[in-house]
Amino acid sequence: MKTFPMGGVHPSENKLSGAKPIEVLPLPDVVTIPLAQHIGAPAVAKVAKGDKVLTGQLLAEAASFMSANIHASVSGTVTAVDLQPNGQGLRQMMITIKREGDEWAEGIDRSETLVRECTLSAQEIIARIKDAGIVGMGGATFPTHVKLSIPPGKKAECVIINGVECEPYLTSDHRTMLEHGEELVVGVTILMKAVGVSKAYIGIENNKPDAIAHLREIVRNYPGIEVVPLQVKYPQGGEKQLIAAVTGRQVPPPPALPIDVGAVVCNASTTYAVYRAVQKRMPLIERVVTVTGKGLKNPRNLLTRMGTPITTLLEAAGGLPEGDCKVLNGGPMMGRAMVQLASPVTKGCSGITVLSGRDAVRRTAQQCIKCAKCVSACPMGLEPYFLSKMTQKKNWDEIEARMITSCIECGSCQATCPAYLPLLDWIRLGKQTVMGRIRARAAAAKK
Amino acid sequence: MQVLLYTILTLCVLGILAAVVLYFVAQKFRVEEDPRIDEVEKMLPGANCGGCGFAGCRGMADALVKRDDISELFCPVGGGDCMKAIAAYLGKAAAEKQPEVATVRCGGTCEKRPRTNDYNGVRSCAVASSLYVGETACAFGCLGFGDCVVACAFDAIHINPATGLPEVDPEKCTACGACVKACPRMIIELRKKWPKNRAVYVSCVSKEKGAAVMKACKAGCIGCGKCEKVCTFGAITVENNLAYIDPQKCKLCRKCVNECPTGAIRLVGMDPLPKEPKTPAAPAAPKTAPAAEKPAPAAKEPVKEAPAAPKAAPAVKPEAPKAVEAAEPKQTVAPVEKS
Amino acid sequence: MANKLIVAPAPHVQTSQSTASIMRDVVIALMPALVVSTVVFGANVLRVVALSVAACVAFEYLIQRFLVRGPLTINNGSAVVTGLLLAFNLPATIPWWIVLIGAFVAIAVAKMTFGGLGKNPFNPALVGRVFLLVAYPVQMTTWPLPVSGSFDALSGATPLAAVKHGAAADVLGFQEMLLGNMPGSLGEVAAVALLCGFVYLLWRRVITWHIPVTVLATMALFAFVYALSNGEGGALLWQLPLFHVLAGGAILGAVFMATDYSTSPMTVRGGVIFAVGIGIITMLIRLWGAYPEGMSFAILIMNACVPLINKYVKPKRFGVK
Repeated sequence: MKTFPMGGVHPSENKLSGAKPIEVLPLPDVVTIPLAQHIGAPAVAKVAKGDKVLTGQLLAEAASFMSANIHASVSGTVTAVDLQPNGQGLRQMMITIKREGDEWAEGIDRSETLVRECTLSAQEIIARIKDAGIVGMGGATFPTHVKLSIPPGKKAECVIINGVECEPYLTSDHRTMLEHGEELVVGVTILMKAVGVSKAYIGIENNKPDAIAHLREIVRNYPGIEVVPLQVKYPQGGEKQLIAAVTGRQVPPPPALPIDVGAVVCNASTTYAVYRAVQKRMPLIERVVTVTGKGLKNPRNLLTRMGTPITTLLEAAGGLPEGDCKVLNGGPMMGRAMVQLASPVTKGCSGITVLSGRDAVRRTAQQCIKCAKCVSACPMGLEPYFLSKMTQKKNWDEIEARMITSCIECGSCQATCPAYLPLLDWIRLGKQTVMGRIRARAAAAKK
Repeated sequence: MQVLLYTILTLCVLGILAAVVLYFVAQKFRVEEDPRIDEVEKMLPGANCGGCGFAGCRGMADALVKRDDISELFCPVGGGDCMKAIAAYLGKAAAEKQPEVATVRCGGTCEKRPRTNDYNGVRSCAVASSLYVGETACAFGCLGFGDCVVACAFDAIHINPATGLPEVDPEKCTACGACVKACPRMIIELRKKWPKNRAVYVSCVSKEKGAAVMKACKAGCIGCGKCEKVCTFGAITVENNLAYIDPQKCKLCRKCVNECPTGAIRLVGMDPLPKEPKTPAAPAAPKTAPAAEKPAPAAKEPVKEAPAAPKAAPAVKPEAPKAVEAAEPKQTVAPVEKS
Repeated sequence: MANKLIVAPAPHVQTSQSTASIMRDVVIALMPALVVSTVVFGANVLRVVALSVAACVAFEYLIQRFLVRGPLTINNGSAVVTGLLLAFNLPATIPWWIVLIGAFVAIAVAKMTFGGLGKNPFNPALVGRVFLLVAYPVQMTTWPLPVSGSFDALSGATPLAAVKHGAAADVLGFQEMLLGNMPGSLGEVAAVALLCGFVYLLWRRVITWHIPVTVLATMALFAFVYALSNGEGGALLWQLPLFHVLAGGAILGAVFMATDYSTSPMTVRGGVIFAVGIGIITMLIRLWGAYPEGMSFAILIMNACVPLINKYVKPKRFGVK
């Protein structure tokens, strides 16, 4: 069974909602839609307070190439365009819409019928994806049209679809692959056309045998697409790890990109969104969100409009459990803890994980016993114990030499540490500082 | 006997040989260095804090000796006297700088700024601030994990467990600026040090709108601009919903303190002006400016109070505005803690 | 909201392993050897082990409580492991006061002076043992006979010492050596029991196979080449390697001492270099040195090289050729 070459951990999978079909969450009365739901420049608002908007209408336009469009997820009246707290309590520009019915903008095909044929050119496909505001839905929220625009001098050789979903608890990609497999595969053919390749792989971890079997059945009719079962190991869903697992090629350290080894990676849910954007002209206004956690009465997969308050999703899953708990935007390995539960669902929100009781609180850190488990767990071949210690000592040159910028912040080191040391807390700080220093150097060199 | 003799002789010869070799090596590889660098280094305080911008006092001494113009070099620890002495020794013109003190511009104590969540990660402001808003709802205020305390080489800044905020000991603070750099929220500012550690400053850096500030913290600046209007010296500016008192223009007239609706303007080492008389205060103010003597008699009592518990000064300082409402408990608690 | 939200940076998952559970696993892995040793040498074994463990724990507690005044880490069980391993390296008949001295050296000198668990550069139990070996050579090399044994011929010399003085490599039956029915330190004799512990540690993911297997393989290879270069042939070509792997403290050292976390390198490649070094030095001492056994010296010498190995042997970075 294929997997990535080094490191990795295997936390308890806890896929509580894996067998639950996708359900549609009733439309919320009010949505708040942030202008920055992607990496890059925040979109520029095109509506003002008091405007009437239709579902799917453009709310804000990409500010630059590295940005993405934002669309209305419900129809109604814009009641505010102002700063609102996001999940981490930090204020961001958001557009608030009070819902009135559900009237859709023109040109969007809402039918379920499968449209296989795509006669558009690569440029047209990418333009449609850009119009629809598609971004990576696995959590990184990298604008998809940027990823598909191969820089001059580089050449794509294959498309890799990330159906790994290595995060514990989360099942939204799994359910999408099962319930929209055919559309997803059409989405793969569209992506292949967009980047001009004839080979695509769909990487799926072996703990989803039903998805593997289902997609294998479908891809028989689609030449050039192969389903690749992968050994269950975190962080297989990391872009570099997935490329290495599927093709055996390792992306060199930053600033190299996946395209340098000829790979274009796209998340499974994103691929489905690409299908809908290109074939149905459906903007990215809804997504499947896994609401899960051992303390929840009813963990489930909900098809949710963007901007829906997270409290609404939690209520749909049976409400927060008693006692102190940790609510994560994402899964337990890389998800961000939230303080504002009224904050909205965004394009990168693949799940809401609720950790309660003992799972919610870190155990007390002890002294390092030099067991080297962090070194063997690191999928990038770094020395987390060292990077963490040197960050605390502010020895920036040393950690830069030890390639701290390669860190993908997957958390394997910290999750495997028997002394419960907060390794990644420090490494993340060290990485930010070193990146800042590199940027400052580059700026100074330009002068 | 012979063995003993031979041993001693051999060792002596070896020793002499080594000494000769060492002498020549030392001659050959001697580094010519201006002896004044050593002298200047001795005159510097030797704290190696980095407050001057060099890695240590040696680096500073080197620069002082080698550069012709040393007006841009300043040792915050040694202060003006130290720089004057060095300049006199080197025959150069010294930089003139007024004494400064680190000032913590956040009044969000535990009671004024309710905690909304429990932080469970590394107890570091830098880590917490890159993660989220902090344990309170204020995205600008002090996080309270004490990066400034760790950064201070002079034991001059400590977190007061009662308020959860750092407090500066003005006697120990050398204004080296290490805490200023360490604070990820840029709350700490080096401000002019007045005699008797008096100070008036806005103890808030929140650029939120008033309503949002009020929601997160009862002691924040809401940017109402009342202080700006009452200031006769043009020392106060309100920008981005935040008032700032320019320490160079402020004359410690204290009129703004009474105007502030949230108590965000903090008064240290002096009594607040009596609340009612608006008319007599106005003529008194300009007099204050030329002769700093004038307010002194009025502020006789607080002045006395300050030296009575000089160590308590840092504890009292951030408390000062609160002292208006709850003077009794805080004033008594603080000195006990410090002594 | 009645219940508070808890916030921390990712990841939000922690392993079920802990320092204490790892130490517990090591203790469990040593139990089979302890049982075999008790059967072979009698109840004296339990006396030495109990004394050594109690002394190590007591010394660590006293030092942390009154000298260092830091947090007490007695609960993590590392002192118990040190005590057990020290006892395993002593003859069963050793006087009680020597055990106490050994425990003191192990804990006070080799462990706590460097800052305690995780900071000691040398394996504490081995420092204790080597100190005793140098300070009390007579008591440390007076090996008791197995209570059930019939090895009058050996009269208390370990197989290694016997071979050193000219006996053939199959001086004992290999079966006896596997079962531990021979004179020696109380914990090192039972090869099968120690290997059971090895398998347990592998299964519990406490250690990886690299260091133990490399140490033993290096020793076997060395012995093979030695036999070959001496013009030996036939059965001796496999008997000598097998003998050196089974005799003395080879397995105990390779599995339990060389894998000690803080005194072994942080990377797999470094670990292999470290293990090869141990194997070669052990064989050099065994074949040409003054002592019949060289495992403890070899491990301590390689312990000293660990910082160097850690500095120069870095893990293979992802994406770097």
